Amino acid sequence: MLDLATPTISERSALKINPAKTCQPIGAMYAALGIHSCMPHSHGSQGCCAYHRSHLTRHFKEPVAATTSSFTEGASVFGGMANLQQALINIFSIYNPEVVAVHTTCLSEVIGDDIPTIIKKAREEGKIPEGKTVIHANTPSFVGSNVTGYSNMCVGIVNYLAEKSGESTEAINIFPGWLDPSDMRELKRLAEELGVKYTLCPDTSDVLDLPQTGVYEMYPKGGTPVEAIKRMGDAIKTVALGEFTAHAAAQKLNDKCGVPFEALDAPIGLTNTDLYIDALRRIAEVDVPASIDAERGRLLDVIQDIGQYFHEVPVAIFGDPDHVVAMTRFAIELGLKPKYIFSGATGRAFENRVHAILDGRFPDAIVKQQGDLFELHERIKADPVKLILGNTYGKHIGRAENIPLVRFGFPILDRVGHRLFPTVGYRGAMHLVEKISDALLDQRDRTCPEEWFELVQ
Amino acid sequence: MSTEATIPTGTIEEVEGVTPDALREQMLKGLPSKTLRKRAKQIVSNDPETPPEIGANSRTIPGIITQRGCTYAGCRGVVIGPIHDILHITHGPVGCGYYSWMTRRNLARVPEGQTNYMQYCMTTDMQEDHIVFGGEKRLAEAIREAYRLFKPKAISVYATCPVGLIGDDIHTVCRLAKEELGINVFGFSCEGYKGVSQSAGHHIANNGVFKHMIGLDDTPNDAKYKINILGEYNIGGDAWAIDELLKKCGISILATLSGGVSYDEIINCHQADLNVVMCHRSINYMAEMMETKFGIPWFKVNFIGADSTAKSLRKIAKYFDDKELIDRVEEVIAAELAVLRPIQAEIKAKHQGKKAAIFVGGSRAHHYQDLFGDIGIETVSAGYEFAHRDDYEGRDVLPNIKVDADSRNIEELDVEPDEARFRPRISPEAKQKLIDAGFAFSDYLGMMREMKKRALVIDDISHHELEHLIKTWKPDIIGSGIKDKFIIEKMGVPCKQLHSYDYGGPYASFAGAINFYKEIDRMLSTKVWSYVVPPWVKDRKAAAPEAPAEEQKAA
Ligand code: SF4
Ligand code: SF4
Ligand code: SF4
Repeated sequence: MLDLATPTISERSALKINPAKTCQPIGAMYAALGIHSCMPHSHGSQGCCAYHRSHLTRHFKEPVAATTSSFTEGASVFGGMANLQQALINIFSIYNPEVVAVHTTCLSEVIGDDIPTIIKKAREEGKIPEGKTVIHANTPSFVGSNVTGYSNMCVGIVNYLAEKSGESTEAINIFPGWLDPSDMRELKRLAEELGVKYTLCPDTSDVLDLPQTGVYEMYPKGGTPVEAIKRMGDAIKTVALGEFTAHAAAQKLNDKCGVPFEALDAPIGLTNTDLYIDALRRIAEVDVPASIDAERGRLLDVIQDIGQYFHEVPVAIFGDPDHVVAMTRFAIELGLKPKYIFSGATGRAFENRVHAILDGRFPDAIVKQQGDLFELHERIKADPVKLILGNTYGKHIGRAENIPLVRFGFPILDRVGHRLFPTVGYRGAMHLVEKISDALLDQRDRTCPEEWFELVQ
Repeated sequence: MSTEATIPTGTIEEVEGVTPDALREQMLKGLPSKTLRKRAKQIVSNDPETPPEIGANSRTIPGIITQRGCTYAGCRGVVIGPIHDILHITHGPVGCGYYSWMTRRNLARVPEGQTNYMQYCMTTDMQEDHIVFGGEKRLAEAIREAYRLFKPKAISVYATCPVGLIGDDIHTVCRLAKEELGINVFGFSCEGYKGVSQSAGHHIANNGVFKHMIGLDDTPNDAKYKINILGEYNIGGDAWAIDELLKKCGISILATLSGGVSYDEIINCHQADLNVVMCHRSINYMAEMMETKFGIPWFKVNFIGADSTAKSLRKIAKYFDDKELIDRVEEVIAAELAVLRPIQAEIKAKHQGKKAAIFVGGSRAHHYQDLFGDIGIETVSAGYEFAHRDDYEGRDVLPNIKVDADSRNIEELDVEPDEARFRPRISPEAKQKLIDAGFAFSDYLGMMREMKKRALVIDDISHHELEHLIKTWKPDIIGSGIKDKFIIEKMGVPCKQLHSYDYGGPYASFAGAINFYKEIDRMLSTKVWSYVVPPWVKDRKAAAPEAPAEEQKAA
């Protein structure tokens, strides 16, 4: 298993090995699925679209519909205008969505297709039916990563759709960042429990976590309706959960419609959830109900009960930057010792954010943007950890080094829990505490000397 | 056409009261005119006696939800990816390499001393600068770094769409690296846009493997019956199952292209005396080229399905024309069938008369009809994702296929007999004798000759058509891929993934067939579907019997 890594950190400048990120369009596709009755459209060769759909499907185990411009050599040379126009005709007449959300791929970016112009032309020529919407985002993968694509599509959604009428909705916009449908569901539950009026956008719950009913609907009931998105410009405030996936859209809405925003991290863990609840409470001027206090208290109780098993356990955390940033804070709350904190995302911003959270308390911690899993493996070989928190791609390192992996983030290709249970909010944190403690104690039970194998812990 | 065809009798007049023609009309109705014209050619009602012409290997229509992937996927993902001990570098932005990393189930057992590069995704992860100023330097550096760190036997480089567009010359970079490092380094211009599907990538990969690997090592191999299996990718361990079976018969496999296979096996595999082809679509080029250059004959086999497996074994034995082998093969078949038949009979009794539809790949939509047929399940509709007309209509149609601009893009290697190494493996007289007795060399009869009259054959099926098929014909089970699986299952129909096997398998050979029967039995017998409608809804329905069709089906 993974025989190539040694405890020496290899010098590499051009070769990425086992990346901890993927490309922009998959994020754009995912964000677009959070609009009600929306068809994501991939403008480029069909391979990218096939890969993105397949990968999202493997994570959600749900239908993921998306169309492609299916470039061949001709389009690559002469541009993809004809392909996109034909695609729009087909999409509206065969699949009839309310919205088509176009994103680019590396290929159409290199060609330099001007999507807004193509859309405008298609509209003028009557290729987009009356009342239907086409939006777009540029998502070149030679810039940023999958989270950039998600963020860019969220900005596109605001840019094309949000309006200001001047009549306040008295609602709060919640921009969830890249979270699972189970998380979005939990964010809404908490907002409802608080009695807050809100618009969550995008919202993939009831789109990518559908019940089995024997009936397939291409556009299920979930997703933020276009009407609601339009009215986001009239909200009191936006709460944006994640620097790398949500803040840019909040900024855009502020610029466009003057809606101020609070920039928070993903509400994973105790403090991050506190900040989410507190922001909603302050903005909406409501009291936090006792039921939420009790949830919080139960989480705290279990953290305290189990604290001894977490204390100073060295941990590697990797994945998408917003997930990793939030998880690092939670890990510290649990008493774990963050040792390697890796993201494939590009930019110093990630490292700065993590260092701010570590606050000098973990001087040995290695924080890395543009990191890859090969280097993570080398570092673990050189100086091991006792726990890995990350997505499914960590399972080989886990097996090679006999270290438990607790899956969180994206993608999770080999387990089902993320589809059912959230990681955000106090309940999400409880779920994570359970998973982490199970992993650590199972490992201990499997490997400790027999005389230390105990019935009660 | 050889006499090997067993034309099925009977006609599919209608399914669930709807004729194939009526269903076809339903699928086409309401499509924009240009789309309709194109799809009309790709949906045909079958005639096994004289297969009708089908539109295939043509461009995918923009805006249609297709199953298809790209040329890169067909090259790096399908044909070369499974060679586990060469180091693969995807030259491009991160995504293409990332998605082709361990997502296809070509399994490998790696002997001590070899490295399993399949667990690694190596990419140049191109950034904006490289797109603007060119990525050749970065690629050269990446190759150097890979060699310095890992010392592989060979490095294989794959170009993705943006690379082709900015004009990076990967072949020169590879040639220079080969000189500098003294190992085999070669590249594939398999940019996704190069073809209309994965299929172009298969061809490009065949060319590259042939040019850069086949024939490099002339070490003789003195095994008695030496063959290669071409077009078998060891998904879910199929190649191992075939291996085991052939070993029992005393037949040696030098290489399986490409599944559970090493570089050393591939460079020596021209020592074989026969190539048998599983997936015609992805590897027929290689079979032809090896025959021309080295004189190794080829024929089509199918180890999917009990009767097909027996037939394929007998054909191999007949080719070697050795009494000892023929007897041994009969013994093995008898022993295997003695185990298989009772299990088959029991499961068949439960599912006889059920209906399947299969839409995958370039050969499985055909092969798996045999396995379903083994347990009495009839395939009423099938189609490939990226096959060509010859895979539907049979190889005799080849001279009539128009070569369009997209196919002309792909290099046709000019192969000549190798003066020193060309050696006919079977005398012309012996070969003629076999042919006279109805033995087909270098042939594939295609899917249509083995499907019933008026079965609906659908090339590159789209989401829209699949929905109609399910709603109207209500198949009991569908074989498809990951992108369709959950759509189908949301409609209350079990879907067996025939790309990844839903992480099960093997399904090849007799042992694999048993696995498949049991798996299909599980899927068709599961209680899950009976729980879909909650008890209170059942009550509601009793009160209002005109509930929608879908709901009734789910019940
Ligand atoms: S070309 Fe770009 S968009 Fe397409 S899969 Fe590769 S990295 Fe992603
Ligand atoms: S960019 Fe091209 S090579 Fe890469 S996945 Fe997309 S279509 Fe395939
Ligand atoms: S059967 Fe599917 S996975 Fe296998 S080669 Fe064909 S397309 Fe690829």
